[in-house]
Amino acid sequence: MKNIRIIPRLDIKGPNVVKPVNTEALRVMGKPQEMAQRYYQDGADELLYLDIVASLYQRSIDFDLLKSVVENIFIPVTVGGGIRSVQDIDNILRCGADKVAINTYAVHNPQFLKEAVERFGSQCIVLFVEVKHQSNGFNEVYTDGGREHTGKDALEWIKEALALGVGEILLTSIDRDGTRKGYDLDFIKQVNAVAQVPVVVHGGAGSFESLEAAVTQGHADALAISSILHYKETTIRDIKKYLAAHHINVRLD
Amino acid sequence: MSSKKTIAIVDYGVGNLGSLIKAFKQSAAGLDVDVILTEESTIIQQAHGLVLPGQGAFKTGMGGLHKRGLVDIIQQKAREDVPMLGICLGPQLFFTESEEFGLTGGLNILPGRVVHFPPLAEHEKVPHMGWNAITPAVEGQWQNSIFETIPPGASMYFVHSYIMVPGNKEHIFATTQYGGHTFCSVVRKGNIYGCQFHPEKSGPTGLRIIKSYIDSLM
Repeated sequence: MKNIRIIPRLDIKGPNVVKPVNTEALRVMGKPQEMAQRYYQDGADELLYLDIVASLYQRSIDFDLLKSVVENIFIPVTVGGGIRSVQDIDNILRCGADKVAINTYAVHNPQFLKEAVERFGSQCIVLFVEVKHQSNGFNEVYTDGGREHTGKDALEWIKEALALGVGEILLTSIDRDGTRKGYDLDFIKQVNAVAQVPVVVHGGAGSFESLEAAVTQGHADALAISSILHYKETTIRDIKKYLAAHHINVRLD
Repeated sequence: MSSKKTIAIVDYGVGNLGSLIKAFKQSAAGLDVDVILTEESTIIQQAHGLVLPGQGAFKTGMGGLHKRGLVDIIQQKAREDVPMLGICLGPQLFFTESEEFGLTGGLNILPGRVVHFPPLAEHEKVPHMGWNAITPAVEGQWQNSIFETIPPGASMYFVHSYIMVPGNKEHIFATTQYGGHTFCSVVRKGNIYGCQFHPEKSGPTGLRIIKSYIDSLM
């Protein structure tokens, strides 16, 4: 069985890592350079770096900040936030990142995904999907850091993006984000049933059992984690030890 | 001998080299060595070491080398056993040919073929993306090599859909298991090494391979 990847997620606003609760209220968690280095030393398999306001303000991410964060990190780094052009992607990769996560602009211009895949390869282009579960059972795609609803059905959108060639899916549950209530297993299962590419899940990581369930029941390929790491409730090493003890393969060296 | 050495990272138009350059610069810090990203044949001709990176399709990769007139130079450097490090698509190009998008000829530095992953066990996906263990193909094989300090079974970061099938089994320097198959994850012939994974994205252990490669030139 493959190794399940543990991916700390840094939500960036200004010079800080912040933590949204249900993507609304924000709390400053620390400096991204220090937190990224701490997670790298702690055995992170990748790093997820998301500028959560770039899209909303229609601006590009701060490249100097990104460069300073990834400078001494030698694991794959995925960057998202405000990506609207091939030039934006090129600039991000030149900073030393490896993949880009695209949400808002792709929702409004799906063909951009195809253009990006043709230019940079599938392995570089991650579809970032923020989902809110409506009371009538509708799984709706949200954009602009979880602020704007789109009327799009998340599963249909994922199928469309897969056909355009994206190489990975980053799935965030807006309802679960920051709640520690566990991942949304039903929806993760539905996505995995249609995705032939890796699925990274985020939103709701709480107990060790909830992490285990995302893999054993949801078949997630990777777990993106923020709150429980940022608040130092646990460490990446302890998470991996727990998963390994429960017969889930992880990288321990 | 303390003359300055140069390492040419061959830029033939495929893929993102940002993180590779970052890793080489960090690993070369404090040493009397220049790391140059270049597509210039004259610089590559004079380099003490060559790095052949690359992502994407085999055909595009070979096309990029042909377009820049670099095929003969790399083949000549290989005949001279100049230290070479191929990464990801790079070492695939070392081989005779690839099945990707129709049969395409490679650099033919190593006999063999590049083929798609065979059908895999359930829940295993292609591309093979993520961390996986590398093990010497023969016990003790890594002694006196740039892998000498790497513990057998160390995890490295992979992203690929095609695998190397060397025609000469002696060129298999490490293997990795995925989806019920064992494939060749490192090739070696003399001073020529090729890693299917990305050492530059494989944490401190991956960086040790790059550092050992640079040290082997000094």
